Amino acid sequence: MDDEKENIQRQIVLPLRKALEISFKSLRIRFWRSIITTGGVILGIAFLMSIFTTDLVNKGLIEKGSAETSTLIQEEEEESSAQQIWLVSLSLLVCVVGITNAMLMSVTERYREIGTMKCLGALDTFIWKLFLLESFFQGLVGSFIGVVVGGGFVIMASLLRYGGQVIPAFPKLQFMGYALAALVIGVVISVIGAFFPASQAAKMVPAEAMRSEM
Amino acid sequence: MPMTQQNVVRTRDVKKVFILGKIPLEALKGINLEIKRGEYISIMGPSGSGKSTLFNMIGGLDKPSEGKVYIDEVDVAQLDAYELAWLRCRKIGYIFQTFNLIPVMTALENVTLPMVFAGMSSDDSRSKGVELLELVGLGDRVQHKPLELSGGQQQRVAVARALANDPAIVLADEPTGNLDLKTGKEIISLLRRLNKEKEVTIISATHDLKMLDVSDRIFWIRDGRVERVEERSEIKLEVGTMEGEEA
Repeated sequence: MDDEKENIQRQIVLPLRKALEISFKSLRIRFWRSIITTGGVILGIAFLMSIFTTDLVNKGLIEKGSAETSTLIQEEEEESSAQQIWLVSLSLLVCVVGITNAMLMSVTERYREIGTMKCLGALDTFIWKLFLLESFFQGLVGSFIGVVVGGGFVIMASLLRYGGQVIPAFPKLQFMGYALAALVIGVVISVIGAFFPASQAAKMVPAEAMRSEM
Repeated sequence: MPMTQQNVVRTRDVKKVFILGKIPLEALKGINLEIKRGEYISIMGPSGSGKSTLFNMIGGLDKPSEGKVYIDEVDVAQLDAYELAWLRCRKIGYIFQTFNLIPVMTALENVTLPMVFAGMSSDDSRSKGVELLELVGLGDRVQHKPLELSGGQQQRVAVARALANDPAIVLADEPTGNLDLKTGKEIISLLRRLNKEKEVTIISATHDLKMLDVSDRIFWIRDGRVERVEERSEIKLEVGTMEGEEA
């Protein structure tokens, strides 16, 4: 038996910093491509955040607003609450599907690149990290913009509708909590969306990846 | 069993079966070959003869259905994922027909990528990368992206990348397949020069007859078998007739 393995060593696991560096660069260079993926996150999270914020504005106004606004809002809320939950879940679902689709596309168009990297000595875990990190950043940036846009839009709209009474009545601390929640949801969804494509990419045999004509 | 350190690649009864739909297709039907350190080998054969499949086996890019592949007398099938990655990173350099440079990276970044995977510091890898690009005659194209380079230049970058970690073997799959006659010749003589200067074993799967001139030995593959093995001295006489055939 030729079990002489002494002239073979084990490949080192690269530090996360390296994966970070490469995934960051890859996002920057495919800027417009990333923007489209990020756009899906922005829309989903902006919608979620706008509903959160509407809820907060209304609550604040019912408690502290003028009597007439308070009754007006209470009447409105009764009909819309259940429908809103349904809409939010639906929009989040669309968001997950959109992100998964975008990530799948970005993996497919890079089959050859992944195969090449594996030929050059990349470990499966490295490919994993690359795609999950990319998606993490897209999720983070997209959610952040989504929170600002969604929250900002609703606050502006209610300022226009109800006037200055909105500001003192607005529960700012709770708003921060909701913003953080939306941010986390956005990031988690993006990473979940990238999970399947990333694992596909990581377990590809290099020869197979190279064969694909893309 | 004594180690024959001479053989850098050895295959024993290598078979490969692909399942296409429901029909099994035997791409390799038992390949036996031995390649010594420092040789320049061409694997010749028409398309569909199984030479790319053989190339993938030798490069540890795919596993044989039956039989053994030894690289530096190590059975590739015995290696786990980490050892295989190390082998691909350190022992073997790959050159492809389609160059396969990473499009978003500069020439230098492409060349240093294998060094990054090998854990080399970025200062060391940068100076070595520049050195290698100078070696292949691209010292002035270091910061260019692949799409800003001609086909021949891209293949030169790929050659430099293949040499990044001083491999024992450089595997070239149709390295001249996407190049015109002149650039093809340049790449071939570059490979030959590196083979002489760096004593790196070069194995190239090809049907480019220009390769015959520089090869030490030629394995003719037909229908999944080694049809014959020829030394360079034997082959020279036949070049004329072969070229006639192709045209």
